[in-house]
Amino acid sequence: MKATENILEVRDVVKSFHDPVSVQVLKKVSLEVKRGEFVSITGKSGCGKSTLLYILSTMDTDFEGDVVIDGEPTRGLSGERLARIRNEKIGFVFQFHYLLPEFSVLKNVMLPGLKLGKHSAQEVEHRAMQRLRELDMHDHALKSANQLSGGQKQRVAIARALVNDPLIIMGDEPTGNLDSRNSSNVFDIFKSISAHHEQSLLVVTHDNDFAARTDRIIEMDDGKVIG
Amino acid sequence: MRLLLSIAITLLRAKLKQSVIAAVGVTFSITMFVTLLGFMNGLNGLLDGLILNRTPHVRLYNELKVSPRQPIEQAWTQGTAAGSDSAHHFIRSVKPKDELPRLRNATAIMHALENDPRVLAVSPRLVAQVFFNVGTLDLNAQVSGVDVMQEVRYYQFRDYLVEGDPQDLVAGQNTVVLGKGLADLMGADIGENVQVTTATGDRSLLRVVGIYQSGLADLDKVQCFANIKTVQKLLARPGSYFTDINVKLKDILLAPTMAKEFQARFKVDALDIQTANAQFETGSDVRNIISYAVGVVLLIVAGFGIYNILNMMIYEKLDAIAILKATGFSGSDVQRIFLLLSMVIGFVGGLAGLIFGFVMQNVVDNIPFITAALPTITTFPVDYDPKYYIIAVSFALITTWIAGWFPARKASQVDPVEIIRGK
Repeated sequence: MKATENILEVRDVVKSFHDPVSVQVLKKVSLEVKRGEFVSITGKSGCGKSTLLYILSTMDTDFEGDVVIDGEPTRGLSGERLARIRNEKIGFVFQFHYLLPEFSVLKNVMLPGLKLGKHSAQEVEHRAMQRLRELDMHDHALKSANQLSGGQKQRVAIARALVNDPLIIMGDEPTGNLDSRNSSNVFDIFKSISAHHEQSLLVVTHDNDFAARTDRIIEMDDGKVIG
Repeated sequence: MRLLLSIAITLLRAKLKQSVIAAVGVTFSITMFVTLLGFMNGLNGLLDGLILNRTPHVRLYNELKVSPRQPIEQAWTQGTAAGSDSAHHFIRSVKPKDELPRLRNATAIMHALENDPRVLAVSPRLVAQVFFNVGTLDLNAQVSGVDVMQEVRYYQFRDYLVEGDPQDLVAGQNTVVLGKGLADLMGADIGENVQVTTATGDRSLLRVVGIYQSGLADLDKVQCFANIKTVQKLLARPGSYFTDINVKLKDILLAPTMAKEFQARFKVDALDIQTANAQFETGSDVRNIISYAVGVVLLIVAGFGIYNILNMMIYEKLDAIAILKATGFSGSDVQRIFLLLSMVIGFVGGLAGLIFGFVMQNVVDNIPFITAALPTITTFPVDYDPKYYIIAVSFALITTWIAGWFPARKASQVDPVEIIRGK
């Protein structure tokens, strides 16, 4: 069954920081995320949840254990290939919105799509507009990214994460910087994404209300999954 | 690639002021480079032309000299083998033989040269020492009998003729072109007759049809030109009587070896242009080296400017680099973006430099430069050879590539996790 296959599998991931002294931040973490599942990772500050997320995102390659994304183990892959996986299969939403201020809102959303190169520039533009419309941001498409408010920026960032129809969307405290109204707004968007597009979501958060409304909560403490 | 270029250009436009400053550095150095090289090479061409235009690549002549082997020595070697060891002669103060300074067998030599595929042109000369009689004065001068059309074609004779037409020299019998200094001294104008006495005492009247100015004042006081027939008549010599054969080669670099070859083959003296004017090539080379050095130094300075600005830009754009990497741009994509950025600065700056360089060359070309030494020159000489434009643009691109490479590499190695988490 396609619906129950694991999009993301993590086996015995160990991560240590060596500077200034060796500290093990992740101690044999294992988990998996199924297609269409909305999972949140919670835990106290410093428990290693963000570190785990960056390992899952393929941006951090300095770890032990295995990460398998869509059936493909990431260990030992070239930087080019990892970039391609991030581009094609993973969408990111960060705590700070990280839009490129030099580009328009639309161009920000289009960039990962243009990089993927699967569709023509017009097609990518059309898809980007569609994503913006879904998030009710299409009126702002031609504005520069710094002209938006925090909640608006986060919605644009979500549109950008969605533009390549990734298998999984990862969020690092995506609502951490937003007020409660915008925060619940973002949650609703996430919820509808997982419902309509069969895309998985993996969100790191310390907002318990937010976590409580997701399909599954992975709780971490001191580098280990505790529930 | 087009996507990366468009990102690079957007980043550039966001930092327009800095980018323009970086580009202006390149523009300035390319402008200077093109102007300098154009001017220097114009000057080189002019100075070389002063000599090269008028000098044959190989000159064949017959030098008056003392016989290197005295007849007595020849008699010894033909006689007893031991004779030269056991005897010694005391013949001293040997004088050269009374011999005409003509080239023997000149017609045959010319014929052989004309059939040589390496030879561009062969022109005979007959040089005669004469006196011009002005009132009670006798002015010493040298009349070169030349094949006028050959001189016009291969030795730029027309350029040095400040008055008159070379055709008159071809057509008219007993016509002469006087050196400017000599003409001034005699007060002779075109159309007037001057009286000339040869070394043997024969007198003739010659009609002045032109004034010649070589730019070398001493030469212009003694040098005159006439049709070769006129000079043969003046000296009462037959039509095959020449003192020099001037050879212009297709490849000037062959001159030294060919001079040796002619010397051995035709049993005459031969002088090649490199030996006769060794200092000129050295001068050109030194000027070239100086202008290239200045241009390259300017470009290196511009390169440091680009390096600095790019480095700064990368620190300011760490967020953008992190986000590009997070959304699927690889390290080499990021490196390419910043390299392209640098190359765009180099290309735009370089192109503007070429335009300004061309304008500057035109300005220099219009600065008056009038000197008695160079009658045909009225402004500074400039060489507009497109070669220098191509070299300049290649230098600009190479410099900006190198200047961009190090910062771009640094950008490619930015760890996005560190940037995103560090916020």
